[in-house]
Amino acid sequence: MSNGHDHHDGNDDHELRVSKIRDGTVIDHVHGGQALNVLAILGIDGTNGEEVSVGMNVPSDRLARKDIVKVEGRELSQDEVDVLSLIAPDATINIVRDFDVVEKHRVERPDVVESVLSCPNPGCITTGDEPVTSRFSVLEDGVRCSYCETIVRDEIASLIDT
Amino acid sequence: MRHDHLITSKQLSRADIETVLDYAAEIDADPSAVADRHAGTVLGLLFFEPSTRTKMSFETAMKRLGGDIVDMGSVESSSVTKGETLADTVRVIEGYADALVLRHPKQGSATMASEFVDVPLVNAGDGAGHHPSQTLLDLYTIRENAGLDDLTIGIMGDLKYGRTVHSLAYALTNFDTRQHFISPESLQLPREVVYDLHQQQDGTGIREHDALEEVLPSLDVLYVTRIQRERFPDENEYQKVAGEYQIDAETLEAASDDLTVMHPLPRVDEIAPEIDETDHAAYFEQAHNGVPIRMALLDLLLSDDAGIRGDGDE
Repeated sequence: MSNGHDHHDGNDDHELRVSKIRDGTVIDHVHGGQALNVLAILGIDGTNGEEVSVGMNVPSDRLARKDIVKVEGRELSQDEVDVLSLIAPDATINIVRDFDVVEKHRVERPDVVESVLSCPNPGCITTGDEPVTSRFSVLEDGVRCSYCETIVRDEIASLIDT
Repeated sequence: MRHDHLITSKQLSRADIETVLDYAAEIDADPSAVADRHAGTVLGLLFFEPSTRTKMSFETAMKRLGGDIVDMGSVESSSVTKGETLADTVRVIEGYADALVLRHPKQGSATMASEFVDVPLVNAGDGAGHHPSQTLLDLYTIRENAGLDDLTIGIMGDLKYGRTVHSLAYALTNFDTRQHFISPESLQLPREVVYDLHQQQDGTGIREHDALEEVLPSLDVLYVTRIQRERFPDENEYQKVAGEYQIDAETLEAASDDLTVMHPLPRVDEIAPEIDETDHAAYFEQAHNGVPIRMALLDLLLSDDAGIRGDGDE
């Protein structure tokens, strides 16, 4: 492995549509269509001049269609990776330094995520003015509010407290 | 039983439940034996929603244990109107009382409040969530009338918003029960509750129906709740279903002679008054059971000995 390109899917032609990065993070094997949500989780909307490359719905052996997000000059924190895992459970995180992948690992779903999602239940105590941090336990197929116990399986990205 | 707080019936094991029920039966038989057990103890009542039975039975229970209560009073007359958070309120009242009872319209309020206090806190209803002390008196009544194993129970009415239903359903999974949930489609059990029941009891003892007739003859207990008019977006929708979930003497002709009919009260018109005088009716007995159950519960939560009489002080 010598650069930020993906060799697992044998789709180098497709990969080359997305430029290489010098230092930063390549988030690969994101489910097709989730790339913009990945950017939302990372708080990237382009207004701060971040250098970002996005490939959407490129062919993938593992996922059929996948998205790729390459972020120049930024290495993801564990908290960010934890939340990322909720919408991109098969994602691979590649840390790139001087064009070399120095770390590569799959995301792992945490047991709990705190302070990153807002409960969609308007009757939940966390939706008021209480001094409480949102907390969700992570289920096999969704997340569950630790206070009102509401389960969310779809549209988890829409709960991201950005 | 060793819990700092009682937030949900999910935290109660069969042994916990039996401990409370057995002790409540002892208290029921001889309340004078515990009359001074908690002299000098103060219970804080924080009711952010109207309540009659729950609030008064906790108050009665504490006084019969020799203790006293401090009552926040109505929301309108409290600091809530000044914008005080629940977290602040419970932290303040914790300084006045040895235990707290909380009712609040928001789901998860008791869980959150318990994170801010060290004294025992009992959830007396958190929105559409849980009401575990009601469940204990429900189980006590069921045990007295029909037993708690090899039991077929129908739970009918507003299952979506009915916190008493959610708590009871969870607790019953500790026993050999078959639970039939009868409601209009719009008021079915929340999917979260169904998910939990399937997790706890692999789903084999759980069935959902829209008509009582399908299951009535097989029931040992029929637990009726009020279908709340205010839950329906329009009156026509309410009228369509309300009549289907009312029971009278004619309805019960198809039931077993031993059927026990329960209701957490208040009722409006879901149980006809003609049933009150029959052997089926257990709802007033059910309400009365709130006092010995809450005496037993408060004693357990307030006693340092982790048991009812664990240090042999009786």
